[in-house]
Amino acid sequence: MRLSWFNVVSLTLGFAFLYIPMIILVIFSFNESKLVTVWAGFSTKWYAELMQNEAFLNAAWVTVKVAVFSSTLATVLGTMAAYVLIRGGRFMGRTLFSGMIYAPLVMPEVITGLSLLLLFIGIGLDRGVLTVVLAHTTFSMCYVSVVVSSRLATFDRSLEEAALDLGCTAIEAFRLVTLPIIAPAVISGWLLAFTLSLDDLVIASFTTGPSATTLPIKIFSAVRLGVSPEINALSTLMIAIVTIGVITASLVSKRNLARQRKDEQLAVRAS
Amino acid sequence: MMRRFTLIAVPYLWLLLLFLVPFVIVLKISLSDTALSIPPYTPVLDWAEGIRAFFSQLDFENFVWLTQDDLYWKAYLSSFSIALVSTLLTLLIGYPIAYGMARAPEEWRPTLMMLIILPFWTSFLIRVYAWMGILSNEGFLNQFLLWLGLIDTPLTILNTNTAVYIGIVYTYLPFMILPIYAALDRLDGSLIEAAEDLGCSRLLAFWLVVIPLSRNGIVAGCFLVFIPALGEFVIPSLLGGSGTLMIGKVLWEEFFSNRDWPVASAVAVVLLLILVVPIVLFQRNQQKQAEAEQ
Repeated sequence: MRLSWFNVVSLTLGFAFLYIPMIILVIFSFNESKLVTVWAGFSTKWYAELMQNEAFLNAAWVTVKVAVFSSTLATVLGTMAAYVLIRGGRFMGRTLFSGMIYAPLVMPEVITGLSLLLLFIGIGLDRGVLTVVLAHTTFSMCYVSVVVSSRLATFDRSLEEAALDLGCTAIEAFRLVTLPIIAPAVISGWLLAFTLSLDDLVIASFTTGPSATTLPIKIFSAVRLGVSPEINALSTLMIAIVTIGVITASLVSKRNLARQRKDEQLAVRAS
Repeated sequence: MMRRFTLIAVPYLWLLLLFLVPFVIVLKISLSDTALSIPPYTPVLDWAEGIRAFFSQLDFENFVWLTQDDLYWKAYLSSFSIALVSTLLTLLIGYPIAYGMARAPEEWRPTLMMLIILPFWTSFLIRVYAWMGILSNEGFLNQFLLWLGLIDTPLTILNTNTAVYIGIVYTYLPFMILPIYAALDRLDGSLIEAAEDLGCSRLLAFWLVVIPLSRNGIVAGCFLVFIPALGEFVIPSLLGGSGTLMIGKVLWEEFFSNRDWPVASAVAVVLLLILVVPIVLFQRNQQKQAEAEQ
């Protein structure tokens, strides 16, 4: 197939639409003036100011803590759930279980947030870092389990059976055979859970207390008052981190794929 | 055996306690009286009292209230129409992009895919915020249009429904493009050639061959945009104005500003009931697709 002029135009306009807003945001984070729409010369002063803003730094620290704990917990629970869904066979309440895995993916955040808050109040749990971690773990474990179960569903089960026949216990078979094969999916599940947690405003707003303000909550309350160059600087830093992360991840996976192919070729030649 | 039990029980209990039980509580509170004490609800039913008490003490007052006050049904209706219109706009903008990607040379495709996915990893809040500077009265869009000479006075876009449409289309575009691209990518190019050989014009071949064969992708993309857009909160509260009524925003305000928890819970229950239809349809579409692939 060949690109027609229509394809070229729609791709160009489409990617321009996706990227120009973020490019403008980044450019104006280096603006000298406080006015965010008038260019007044290059400056990095907003970054310097951001680094001295304790409230933002504290919020960033809380956010990272919450994201690390909740994504790790979500990865463990989500991988277990995926294993149960794909390999668990039949058990009582399986339909309810798979329903509870898929439902949070389509649930409006306002409802998830509200319901969790009412639960925490109902059982008398003080709202803070812990409650946000519990909330984030709950919805992101579902994303992890979807990612991991799609990998589990496609891999050859006879490899596990071979390991069991050769004398592995079930745990050894999981650790030595299954885990290395699903590892890329587990890692991308963790990354997904981590970014979902970093990004979440609505559920965190419902489930947090005054002691734990996360970065999105802080940004949201600042942004409601209008556009500010400091927020532009903060956004630029976040965009930069994500871009570097995604590009690194894709380069690493490309290299791994290339190495795997080479190994396979060597194996074919050797046999 | 014990091990299998633990493996099932741990995630199961977690979801029961932190997903299902909270919903039961929402349902329960939506059926409670509003009291002025904090927390602002009086439990209408005690778990211990059993089923009979449950049915004798149910109180639909909050749901009746939702039908009496204009605000709520207007908010549901306008959320529905905003979500519907923006889904169609996203389809119109997303389809040509997905089509272009599917026809691009093989070696470009991974890069194009990554460029579509990358915005998804960046903060949603920041992507919405980026439009505030573009759409405001002194914003870039108005400056650009004034410079072109297309308009004489700045257009008011920020804090209107137009800005909400733009925000939804922008943030959910990747969700539309990816399933359509996946469907188009599998499409056999020789089918189009066959149609053209048999006398179809290019446009007609596109309409008769490409569109029907990518139907599953279109349906999946539309649901993936429509379902989250319906309960959207961030976009209407940052880009919309005081006239923008969306149910997510109403729920938020009912809860945080009016502190009327029973009504907020009732709003949530009704929103969920509305969402059940598209969610079930979406599941069915996905299942059909999975079966077709086997």
